[in-house]
Amino acid sequence: MILAFIEHKNGVLNKTSLEAITAAQTLAKDLGLKASAVILCDEDRGLAKDIAQYDLEKVIIARNPKLNVYTPDGYADAWTEVIKKENPQYVVMAHTYQVRDFAPKVAARFEREVLADVIRYRKENNHLVFTRRIFLGKLDADVVLQGEAPYFVTFQSGAFRADKAQKGNAKEDLIEVEVGEIRMTPEEPFQEAKASVDLTKSEIIVAVGRGIKSQENIALAQQLADVLGADLAASRPICDAEWLPIDRQIGSSGQTVAPKLYIALGISGAIQHVVGMKNSQTIVAINKDPEAPIFDIADYGIVGDLFEAVPVMIEEIKKLKEN
Amino acid sequence: MKIIVLMKQVANKDAVLRIRSDNKWIEEADVAMQTNESDGYALEEALRLKEAKGSGEVIVCSLGGPSVKTVIKDALARGADRAIHILVGDSYKLSPYQTARIIAEAIKDEQADLIFTGLQSDDIGYGQTGVILAELLNIPHATIVIEIDRSSLDGTLRVKRELESGWYQWFRYRLPALFTIQSGISQIRYATLQGIMKAKSKPVKEITATIPEFPSAQKIEKVYLPLKTKQTQLLGNGDAKRGAIELVEKLRTEVRVL
Repeated sequence: MILAFIEHKNGVLNKTSLEAITAAQTLAKDLGLKASAVILCDEDRGLAKDIAQYDLEKVIIARNPKLNVYTPDGYADAWTEVIKKENPQYVVMAHTYQVRDFAPKVAARFEREVLADVIRYRKENNHLVFTRRIFLGKLDADVVLQGEAPYFVTFQSGAFRADKAQKGNAKEDLIEVEVGEIRMTPEEPFQEAKASVDLTKSEIIVAVGRGIKSQENIALAQQLADVLGADLAASRPICDAEWLPIDRQIGSSGQTVAPKLYIALGISGAIQHVVGMKNSQTIVAINKDPEAPIFDIADYGIVGDLFEAVPVMIEEIKKLKEN
Repeated sequence: MKIIVLMKQVANKDAVLRIRSDNKWIEEADVAMQTNESDGYALEEALRLKEAKGSGEVIVCSLGGPSVKTVIKDALARGADRAIHILVGDSYKLSPYQTARIIAEAIKDEQADLIFTGLQSDDIGYGQTGVILAELLNIPHATIVIEIDRSSLDGTLRVKRELESGWYQWFRYRLPALFTIQSGISQIRYATLQGIMKAKSKPVKEITATIPEFPSAQKIEKVYLPLKTKQTQLLGNGDAKRGAIELVEKLRTEVRVL
């Protein structure tokens, strides 16, 4: 059995869970196992029925009043029971912030750890080889699991496609689970200062990273954005340093964009940034470091000093516009 | 109040990495090392919390060979009161569960009120050592903490977690607890000259650890440069200005945005 985790908030599905279903189905096929899904909740609000439309053995609804909101203690207790009952080979999850919070705790209870943030896997002589990005995206590592099941694997967003999840007809299996003491008290989630700049609608984005070096140099990127009719964006370190406001941040903790053109200035291409822009139609990277991972996803690249390249670009574009 | 801050030494972000001949890791000997970024923020939060309370002790704990003394020295210079150096050779070979086991063993007698660490290391990036450690010590945890309500400290502590897509959530935790800290939570202080001088007399406890058996460890088989998913047209051939001219031409003729 392979169990896929279905993440939701008040019964509203987190769509990356569909990627977890695809992952579980794919692994199941490769290993000759069956895939099932797991929903943790206080009461099912119709989500199980939606998930039951996928090709799964069953949808396990693990219920307890204490699972009305997410807490790491509550989720760890519920998962522990489900795993003891089902004895899965694999537990498969999308590598979301919530999963990062509780999955290692569950694994530790079974004296296991999580093979986390996997980008792909392959089958080699009857065992699986998983690939993770390491050193902030600069290198890949092939990793194997040792010891006995259960194995815990989380996949990076985009490693599997939600629309490839096979449809079918699963049965629903409602179980009541024990949840012990919850040692943390959650308050209501909230959205901080609604993004005043909606970069998801931008046609062209000029984004700056640590290579921009100082706050004064942002003006240069702004000039390029102006002549292109583009919006200015940034990677996390720039917003952390408050050189640009947080609503300009692209990446896992900022906005996810897919513009026609994305120009990355001095951005190395750490995974946390790349997940937010990799689906752009055309990606341009200007970076001094020829090994920067941003070049792996760029359509056009200039290996060199952005302070030399950008002023020339601005001049050339101005010339074109004058003619 | 006692706060332990777990800090890791990692390869410098801008370092050019060379893969070792056995393809299992990088050549660490020729790479400049630095303190893991989010661990630096974890230390800053610990120092600020101690200052807000007006008393307490901040203990930096780092695992690795002799080179991590730089991390420890720097943390002491910034204001940590003392240090625990867990001496382990070839620490890159440790899986997160093994690391957590070693740290748990080394710090359990300290009976800390709080344990802070960064949310993830910038090298191997397992992102779970802290969470496993909390489970082994049987204390609650929160990950990706982006704000700490210092005024709330009173047997409990309110922390703000970062969720996805611009959402946040406050939680109140009973102490002791472990928190993994997000980068950018505050501005990191620099070590003052006075701090550097004082650091020299602060105690550093060395513990020699043995690597625990762990049959379920994930094992790195091979490290390599990522396979390219796209054919990149490199422009300018090393001349950035010429590259810029060529790029604008491509933007006009191929991308058609001009």
